[in-house]
Amino acid sequence: MNTPLLRVAGLGRSYGARLGCRDVSFELYPGEVIGVVGESGSGKTTLLDCLSGRLEPSAGTVEYLTRQSEMVDVYAMSEARRRLLMRTEWGAVRQNARDALRMGVSAGANVGEPLMAVGRRHYGGIRAEAEAWLDQVEISTDRIDDLPSTFSGGMLQRLQIARNLVTHPRLVFMDEPTGGLDVSVQARLLDLLHRLVVDLGLSAIVVTHDLAVVRLLTHRLMVMRHGTVVEEGLTDQVLDDPHHPYTQLLVSSVLQP
Amino acid sequence: MTRLIAAAGLAKTYVLHVQGGTEIPVFADAELTAAAGECVALHGPSGSGKSTLLRCLYGNCKPDAGRIEVSHDGSEIDIVSAPPRAILAIRKQTMGYVSQFLRSIPRVSALDVVAEPLRVLGQPIETARARASALLARLNIPERLWQLAPATFSGGEQQRVNIARGFAAGLPILLLDEPTASLDAVNRRAVIDLILEAKASGTAVVGVFHDDVVRETVATRVVAMKPMVAA
Repeated sequence: MNTPLLRVAGLGRSYGARLGCRDVSFELYPGEVIGVVGESGSGKTTLLDCLSGRLEPSAGTVEYLTRQSEMVDVYAMSEARRRLLMRTEWGAVRQNARDALRMGVSAGANVGEPLMAVGRRHYGGIRAEAEAWLDQVEISTDRIDDLPSTFSGGMLQRLQIARNLVTHPRLVFMDEPTGGLDVSVQARLLDLLHRLVVDLGLSAIVVTHDLAVVRLLTHRLMVMRHGTVVEEGLTDQVLDDPHHPYTQLLVSSVLQP
Repeated sequence: MTRLIAAAGLAKTYVLHVQGGTEIPVFADAELTAAAGECVALHGPSGSGKSTLLRCLYGNCKPDAGRIEVSHDGSEIDIVSAPPRAILAIRKQTMGYVSQFLRSIPRVSALDVVAEPLRVLGQPIETARARASALLARLNIPERLWQLAPATFSGGEQQRVNIARGFAAGLPILLLDEPTASLDAVNRRAVIDLILEAKASGTAVVGVFHDDVVRETVATRVVAMKPMVAA
């Protein structure tokens, strides 16, 4: 509990002269969910990519505490070991489910495949687990053999979540998990994510521009602007008593239905 | 009496950057203590900072200066400087808060909204729901509503669900922001009884009670607050 799961120090990434993100430092503890908000181009996706092992930072370090309680530097290890880590200990929920799913194989195969990738071989066991996860994410199990291309946007997103969680990741990175969905579908997905995060005690980093998402899902919040973190703290405190001018602008710009 | 919460030297000024940097001073050098079994009422006109002070105690509002020490898990922790996860642990185990409005989650039933504080403490779901049912019944929420999400409830019903949730876990410190504001006489009496029982069992209560009868019935002490004049 007192050792962070993820320790980020002085993280930065520039694209030539253009700045992605700069000097980001924080620690994420087991069971904690951190939200990152900011407008388009504020560097939040660059930050998420650097944190999740997909984009090498130009400055700083990302350290992670493995299941074996070993603190490892994510970008000092070999590419092969990093890929193994990403596959076995992390999950990544993308905004567009089609980028993460394999559209040419069945829903069941999409959920079962990550299990095979970590060495599971018993077909019956894999199928049973896939069924259990489809049920968890509220997809009727009689759709198990259907192709994802026959699913609605909300179902695709829930299928992606099942595909991610089936291997019991310890840390999940989410990029706009409710983006591009109808409001009613968003509410259902949010409620589902909230339940999964609480029940499974997941640690997660959620990037979004939707303040309702961070209020419901996250414990802590980082507000980014022009590539830097301008304000951070307990989520409800940052939203209800924002101090930085940019955070105040963000909070006051939300339309009340 | 065991002191459970003590605030000293608290100062708060809201700075509204989107409105030309307008400064709204709320309080300077505010102090407050509450001991086990005591109910401290914050009293003063609108704008005197009662809700802001309560929110500071809960860590929802960040003071510019001062300390707020809370007895938690055998030690004193300063809410003002504590990291977010320490504040969340305090909210889970030590300090509850009943706001003026319920913030509900789509699709979660009233029963589970009330049971949640017990669930996060690791209570089995049956135990948590039994306690939640008892509270909802005491607060006169009809049983046919228990399985529905409170978003569609009336203002008074939502407020009573919110109160039930606040009392569910029986935490050592309880902050109440106008808990009886939209309630009729019968339900006001039910809330008064809950507060008196909490005091009797050793809870330290800090609250804003607009209703004079409620305040005079539950308060052990009254802390007077008055609006600050901008310098």
